[in-house]
Formats: sequence, C-alpha cells, structure tokens
Amino acid sequence: MNNLQAQYNKHMIRRKATNYIMLTMMVLCAVIALIPLISILTHIGASGIKGLNLGFITNLPSPVGETGGGMGNGLVGTLILVTIASVIGIPLGVLTAIYLSEYQQIGIFPSVVRFVADSLLGIPSIVVGIFAYVVIVIPMKSFSAFAGGAALGIMLIPIIIRGTEGMLRMVPDSYREAGLALGMRKWRVIVSIVLPTAIRGIVTTIMLGIARISGETAPLLLTAFGNHYWSTRIDQPIAALPLQIFNYAISPFEEWHNQAWSGSLLLILLVLIISIVSRVATRQQKFK
Amino acid sequence: MLSASWVDRIFKVITLLAASAVVALLFAIIIKLYTQSSFSIDKFGFSFITSTDWNPVTGEYGALPFIFGTVVSSFIAILIAVPISVGVAIFLTEIAPRWLSTPIGFLVELLAAIPSVIYGLWGIFIFVPFVRNYIQMPLHDVLGWMPLFSGPPLGIGMLAAGLILAIMIIPIITAISKDIISSVPILQREGALALGATKWETIKYAVLPYAKTGILGGIILGLGRAIGETMAVTMVIGNRAEISSSIFAPAHSMAAVIANEFTEATEDVYLSAIIEIGLLLFLVTFVLNGLARFFIWSVARGPRGGIRQ
Amino acid sequence: MTKIIKTEKVQAWYGTEKALNGISLDINKNKVTAIIGPSGCGKSTFIRCLNRMHEVIPGAKVTGKVLVNDVDIYSAQVDPVDIRRKIGMVFQKPNPFPTMSIFNNVASGLKLNGITDKKFVAESVEKSLKMAALWDEVKTRLHHSGMSLSGGQQQRLCIARALAVEPDILLMDEPASALDPISTLRIEELLQELKKEYTIVIVTHNMQQAARISDYTAFLLNGDLIEYDLTESMFTKPNDKRTEDYITGRFG
Repeated sequence: MNNLQAQYNKHMIRRKATNYIMLTMMVLCAVIALIPLISILTHIGASGIKGLNLGFITNLPSPVGETGGGMGNGLVGTLILVTIASVIGIPLGVLTAIYLSEYQQIGIFPSVVRFVADSLLGIPSIVVGIFAYVVIVIPMKSFSAFAGGAALGIMLIPIIIRGTEGMLRMVPDSYREAGLALGMRKWRVIVSIVLPTAIRGIVTTIMLGIARISGETAPLLLTAFGNHYWSTRIDQPIAALPLQIFNYAISPFEEWHNQAWSGSLLLILLVLIISIVSRVATRQQKFK
Repeated sequence: MLSASWVDRIFKVITLLAASAVVALLFAIIIKLYTQSSFSIDKFGFSFITSTDWNPVTGEYGALPFIFGTVVSSFIAILIAVPISVGVAIFLTEIAPRWLSTPIGFLVELLAAIPSVIYGLWGIFIFVPFVRNYIQMPLHDVLGWMPLFSGPPLGIGMLAAGLILAIMIIPIITAISKDIISSVPILQREGALALGATKWETIKYAVLPYAKTGILGGIILGLGRAIGETMAVTMVIGNRAEISSSIFAPAHSMAAVIANEFTEATEDVYLSAIIEIGLLLFLVTFVLNGLARFFIWSVARGPRGGIRQ
Repeated sequence: MTKIIKTEKVQAWYGTEKALNGISLDINKNKVTAIIGPSGCGKSTFIRCLNRMHEVIPGAKVTGKVLVNDVDIYSAQVDPVDIRRKIGMVFQKPNPFPTMSIFNNVASGLKLNGITDKKFVAESVEKSLKMAALWDEVKTRLHHSGMSLSGGQQQRLCIARALAVEPDILLMDEPASALDPISTLRIEELLQELKKEYTIVIVTHNMQQAARISDYTAFLLNGDLIEYDLTESMFTKPNDKRTEDYITGRFG
C-alpha cells in the first residue's frame, strides 16, 4: 500500500507544475480576451473625443476640405430606423412570447416557433437585408427608411421573443393561480398580473435588443442606403450613424477618418449606455 | 359574461397570430431567397459553387473565391477563438474568485455589444497595422518560404479578417462555454478532487469531458456568426476575389461581396447570383444553428442513464 | 489502539454561517466510525474537513487541527492534493465520470496519479471491483459507460474507484442515501469486508444502519459533538439525554 503511495510522489512535481502552467494559461486567456476591448475603447475615446461636440451631433456632413461637418442626420436617421424597427418588432415579439409562455408552452407548434426564433437569431444580418430589399425596396422602387427599419425589426423579433419568454416564465405560477382563483379571466391575469410583474425584465430585454440593432450596418446598405441630407420621410433613403461611419472609414480622407472615430464614439456611447443600464437593471430584479 | 369570454378568445387568437407570423416570416425569407436566386441557380447550377470566375462583364458567376475567403477566415477565427474562449470560460467559472469573475465576465460580454462597423474601423486603423508589423513581418521573415506565409505582408487579408472575427466570436463561445461549465454538477468535480486530482486535472478529467458537447455547440454558434459577419470582414479582408495559398493575401467573402456589389448589380442575373450567395449563407448558418442548439440542449439534459441530480 | 485521525477543536464555516463549533475526536484505525445526527448538524461538513474537501466550497473556512498519522493536514506545507489521495471519499450520490467506461472510472485515480503500467492498472481495477463486490456484475462489460449501471452499482463503482488509489482511510458521506434497500444492504455488507484493511468513517442519518455497521459512533447536534463512544454502549446506555432522545426517535 505504501509502495503505491510512494510511486505517486514521483509524479507530483510534474503534476503540480502542469497544474500551475495550465492555470496561468487560463488567466492569460482572460487577459488576451480583454486587450482588444481595451484597445477599441481607448482608441475610440482618444480619437473620437476631439471631434465630438454639439456641432457634430446637430450638423450635416460637410464636403471634403470644409470643417464643422457632423452626423446630425445620421443620428436622427438611426433614431427613426430604430423606432420603425421597434414598432414592428416589439408587439410581434412580445405577443409571441405571451403565446409561448402563457397559452401553449409545450407541443409541436410552440417548439417550431422557438426553433424559428432561434434560427432567425442566427441569420446573418446581410441576408435579412436582402430579404427586406426583395419584399420592400423592389415593390416600392426606392431604398427607404421603412425598408431599413423593417430589416432591423426582423432582427429584433427573435431577441425579444426569447428574452421576454424567459422573463414571463420567471413569474411564479402562484401569481397566476391567485388571479384565476379571484375569478379573473385569463387575459386579465396576463395583462394585470403577469405582465406588470415581469415588466422590468421585458423592458430590459427590449433595450438590449435595441442596443444590438442600433449598431447594425450591413442590412442598411441594401435598404436605408444612406443620405447626405436631412430626411425624415420613411419612403425615402435615410442616413444612419453606422452607415456614415462605414463610408467615412473606407474613404481616403483623413478628416473623414476623424469623423468616423467621433461617430463611433457617439454610436458606442449610445449602445453601451443602453446595454449597461439595462444589464444593471436586470441584476437588481430577482424573483424567487 | 359572454362578451368577456370573447375577449379571452380574441386575446389568445392575437398571440397565436403573432406566433404564426413569426413562423411565416422564416418561410417567407426562404421562399424569397430561393425565387430571387432561381435565375442564377438554373443558369449556373452546381458550377456556381465550383467556378472561380466572377465576371459581371461576361456574365459569368462562380462563387468559389467568396466561399474560399469565408471558409478560410472563419477557420482562422475558430482556431484562435476556441482555445481562448474555453480558457476564459474556465477562468471565470473555475479559477477566478467571484469579485473578479463578475466584472471580467461583464467586460467580455461587452465585446459582443460593440457594433461590427466599429470593429471594422478599429481594424483598418489600429489592428491591421499591428497585424502587419508584429505578426505578418516576423512570420514572413522566418516562414516566408512556406506558401501559407508567402507574399507581401500587406496587413489586410485573410489573416487580419480571421483574427478580427476571432475577437468578435470570443464572447459568444465564452458565454455558452461558461454556462455549460457551470452546469457540470459539483459532485463531478468533487469526485476527481477526492481522488487526489489537482485543479487542472479536475478540469481536464471531470469538467471538460462532461461539458464538451455543449462547448462544441457554442463553437458552432460562433462559427455561424463568423461566417455571416459582414462589415468587419469587408473592411479588412481586401475585397479581392482571388484564391491564394497564403493567409496574408487579400481575399473576399460571401457576406462582403453582397455588401459591396448588391447595389451595383443592375442586371437580373448579376443580382440573382448575389442573392444566391445570400441563400447559401442562409442555409449554412441555418444548419449550423440547428446543430449548435442540439448539442447545447443535449448537455443541458445531461448524459443518458443512471442516477442524475 | 492506534488513533489514525485526531481532530482538535475543528470549527467550520460556510461564509458567515458556522457549521461546526469545535469538534475534538480521535478515530481508531481499522474500525468503522459512524457519524450520526439530524440533518444540518454538521456531520457531512465534519468528514469533509478530514480530507480538506470542505474548502472546495466557495466561502468555506476551517480552523483547528486535523492530524492524520500525526501530520497536521491543515499546516501550510501540506498540499490538499496529497491528502486527498491518501484518504478516499464516497459521496451521497454516485458520481461516476459519465464520459468514461467502467474500467476507466476505476482506473482514473491511478492514471491521474501517474501510474501507467497497463498490467498493474488492469490488476488493480479487477482487485478494486472485487473488493467493491461489483466485479461479477461488470466483468463482461468493463468498457461500457459507467452510466449504464444501476444506482447501487454506480455507488459501488465509486467505492471501487476510491479503493483503487489504495488510500489508508475511506470517508463515506451517506453513501446509501440515494439507494434502494437491497443496494443499501450490499454496501453495508461490503463495509464489513473493507474494515479489515481500511479505516472507515461513515456519515449516516439512519441510526439502525449506524448500529449495524459501526464499531464507534459519534453523535453531532447543531455543530457540537454530544457523545462519542463504542456503538454498542451508545445505543444501549447513552450518557447524554440528547443522545437518548435522538436514538429513541424523539427528534430528528
């Protein structure tokens, strides 16, 4: 018996060394993963802050060689696109989630719906752009804010479905039973008890979804198209912050590169503030 | 009371309609992609994915260079991202104390929140020069005789695209691996520890074998994301429809060619060919996603047989 | 009588919650010692302190001394890994490694510890499975998954896995609590065999079981050691009123 234990000792130094080496590698992985984040945030901060002022968020882009241009139209365009996407995506997403959580949790059709939602979540955004082009831009014979908003809306739907379903399911069944036992109709229970209980989580999900789509660029290339001027018409091409960043980034002019950095700072502030605020809000929400 | 029960029924029907609309949406996407690309499918058939000739002037469309660029850049991304992501997931779940794992986990999640166009911008001005000076040049000097590392170190190209994709999919693979690893029963870890395993041996023999299918699911999900990623790739890959043996060479990708040429495609066959690339992208990501969900689900359910907790 | 384990004022915490209030107890070599008490009394915590498994739980803390063969296992020079391979442990629920075969489950401890001699490993697996009274049931399917066994077989597989490493001491944390009566009986019979070679410390919530299988019994209540004596004495004439109340079923 002691003989075997003695044999073990021979390998202990190697084993312990392997242990420390591997654990150090894991720590290194975490460090490596964070380097790009730090690099991206510091470069955007440092390069973007120079051009970010009131004029930048209120002015139109200026031609090359002129100073004082901004991305006001892009900011407004992004807000309009996100609004259209929300009008399409939020009701559809929330109602589907209510169906999945409150009316039909198990069975073939609900499974199909969940599978479809997961599939929609995984479709490359550029493909969603093609779809919106085919069903909206071609019949309307024009690139438009509506087509862009619809493309973003399609991307928003599955995010909201899966998030909201999860939030609704966290509402304890005893709440529903309490309502039903009082003689409430099922729709009343959903509207007056279930939704209000889960509302913070649902809002968080929606905000995260909006943060995610507001930085989307690829589908907008084929739908919203971009616009150098002020436009708020939904049947016309419209500017968007990410589109302008893209166009400026691939241009040969240094001034435009600087504008792209400032635009990125603006976009990332928009996206990060929405996602951080909503994440912190979810942390505080606890059901038991 | 009768009217009240109608409200109930109407409410249910509305939610059912919404759910049906979502399902119809996916079918509509499939049908529209197929009908719009049928012109190209009929005209080029199978040669569409084997031909390297993409020429709007002569009307010949073969997507192989784009497929090649997508496959190579995604492969590089997976090669780099998988070990790092699994390492981060292990670090967050098994090594770091909670006061450290919570903020670091949060920062890694932030990587996923950064819009891809910003990755592209950072890629063009910061990352590509870095890749050229500190990765390509040294590799070129030492291993330049190998076809894989031959050619001028331009910075932009498949390597840069693959590396940027790796950064973008690290948060996806990490998040899923982290969830899967945390779902490994504590009793499994204790079983190994009680035999005298070191921490690393516990991870290697008890945790990773249990979690491997689910982690594979996360990897496939990351792969799906890498294949479909458009903006960051088009900004750093060079957008040249060529097939080269060198990972330093500029190339093109399926998603990038759609973004670049879609609005220029005035002829029907040209547009149809681009939409066919979109259809291919859709099908590949659709299958990958289904596969990934299956793997993740099968781990969440746990191995078959015996007593489970 | 050799005292193989001596504990001195062992106190243990989960975060800020105290689970053991200072347990001093000596365990005799090649005997079965049962730790009994109502749930939440700290009996599992106590045996987890004996092979430094308690500290695996985040926020858990131990103070006091645990001497195994007169070495303080909590002294700074001692690596818990070295301790754990000298002290085997079997858990409440069977936890075979699901991705390994029956053979590899039993061999896992040896392989882990660097034993690669194939002949030796095969012999050791056979010996351990025989000791765990599982050999006859699995000898024809050693390369099937460990998960293909029934719950009782899985638990005996885990015992074999612990035995293969050839520890001096075997800690068992309610090893039969998840099993049916027949499997439980087999495990109890097995313990009688094993005590010839091993020192066994077993936690149980089942007093009849403790009375049947153990030589010594310790009764814990709310993190305190109330009584520790020969099993026979404790179950016939307990010294403490609380022990008497517990073993006669007045609480717990």
